[in-house]
Amino acid sequence: MCGIVGLFLKNPDLQSELGLLTSQMLKVMTERGPDSAGFAVYGGARRGQTKITVRGVAPAQAARFEKGLADIAGPEITMTCRDDHTVITLPTEHEKTARRFIDAFGHGITFVSSGDSIELYKGVGLPEDVATRFDLAGMRGTHAIGHTRMATESAVTTAGAHPFSTGPDQCLVHNGSLSNHNTLRRQLVREGLKFATENDSEVAAGYLSWRLSHGERLDEALTASLTDLDGFYTFVVGTRDGFAVLRDPVACKPAVIAETDDYVAFASEYRAFARLPGIGQATVFEPEPQRVYHWEHAA
Amino acid sequence: MSNMQEIDLVRCTLREANSQLQGEDATGAWIIRNPQGRHALAVGLNAPIDVVIDGQAGYYAGGMNKHANITIEGNAGPGVAENMMSGSTHVRGNASMAAGATGHGGLLVIDGDAGARCGISMKGIEIVVRGSVGHMSAFMAQSGTLVICGDAGEALGDSLYEAKIFVRGEVRSLGADCEEKDMTADDLAHLRSLLDRAGVSEYPADSFRLYGSARRLYHFHVDNAAAY
Repeated sequence: MCGIVGLFLKNPDLQSELGLLTSQMLKVMTERGPDSAGFAVYGGARRGQTKITVRGVAPAQAARFEKGLADIAGPEITMTCRDDHTVITLPTEHEKTARRFIDAFGHGITFVSSGDSIELYKGVGLPEDVATRFDLAGMRGTHAIGHTRMATESAVTTAGAHPFSTGPDQCLVHNGSLSNHNTLRRQLVREGLKFATENDSEVAAGYLSWRLSHGERLDEALTASLTDLDGFYTFVVGTRDGFAVLRDPVACKPAVIAETDDYVAFASEYRAFARLPGIGQATVFEPEPQRVYHWEHAA
Repeated sequence: MSNMQEIDLVRCTLREANSQLQGEDATGAWIIRNPQGRHALAVGLNAPIDVVIDGQAGYYAGGMNKHANITIEGNAGPGVAENMMSGSTHVRGNASMAAGATGHGGLLVIDGDAGARCGISMKGIEIVVRGSVGHMSAFMAQSGTLVICGDAGEALGDSLYEAKIFVRGEVRSLGADCEEKDMTADDLAHLRSLLDRAGVSEYPADSFRLYGSARRLYHFHVDNAAAY
């Protein structure tokens, strides 16, 4: 069992409340996943800028790490620390060099995500505590996806918490379990993908990123996963401009969507919606199995 | 409505709310305010009382009900009225998966749509869905009646025993051992009475089709192995 929440804002006036609303939803899903939690917040893109989220910058290494990045990207780089995660914003042309520097740095520093808009935070502990550590309630943005984990397929670690990001501005959260993830992981490794964990959900994220990198649209990649992924799943996939939902054909993992003029909200259970503004007037429905639901801001 | 006894879930716990309703000597009409999608609302009721859940219900609302008449003003989560013995449950919105699962008796009315596995393993409950139902509805249904005014998803009535299924709209596919039957005068009369009890007056009974068990899977026969 795990809990998923997602919030896609149609009304820009709500952007300052995105983090607060997401944190409230995440907390309600604690009973579905008390061992770890995580969330991706899409804070909005700025032309020519890329955000890289890393974790594990220890105080003893911080100065050397920051200087190394400043040497690469120059004075335009900014770094924002939230607990053990750091979001690095830098000119896009320096992204690849910075990424190589981060991957080679060692000392427990781990790449988490990168993209125009995505910031991704996750950790072990009660969802409320995780959200508080990163001050989720204070974050703003266009859309957010969160997950509360009750581990079944791999260890309770920060790396095993969701969301998983395996491509630019992409992330995936999963409720369920996949039974063919080892086979699929081996196939994807042969295709050149790298995986950080033994986690089944990371394989699903990698699979989608792999298909997207071959030019498929998100809905095409998700439709293909109905054939290639074996197991139980409700997925919510975040992209720079929106999010998508897919349930497996049996659909034993719960999912509910609420839509108003101001937002589209997703959750494993309705009660996560209870404090959303205007929820009493929302259209509430259960997504059908095998059907891709997709909401996107105009680019 | 003025003589309704009120329970506000902002002011009391779920357990306090349910224990007020569960006593065999409970009487009258009750309203549960601020349900906010909580699970296990008004479960295990045991007296002929009227209960209104004034909003959205979570999992298993009205489960194991005996005698009580429960109305859910919003949507219901998975397993609404599961294992109902008698009485009634009326969902004004949509219901999630496994609505009326394993129910032995009573009437479940869903004004909107029901999700997957509606009436799974039903054992005598009667279910009327004004909208459509999801896949694997009435799976292994043993007795009782499922009335679907809209469409049915894949594998309707898979491994069906003696429950009857009336469908007005499209059936995406039938499950193993489920087949269309001729409707008798008794079937029609029963359907009419159910539609009437559910307050469905817009669809005439003769616009429905009846599905039931072909009874080929009751006993194992090696020639049917592929159908299991």
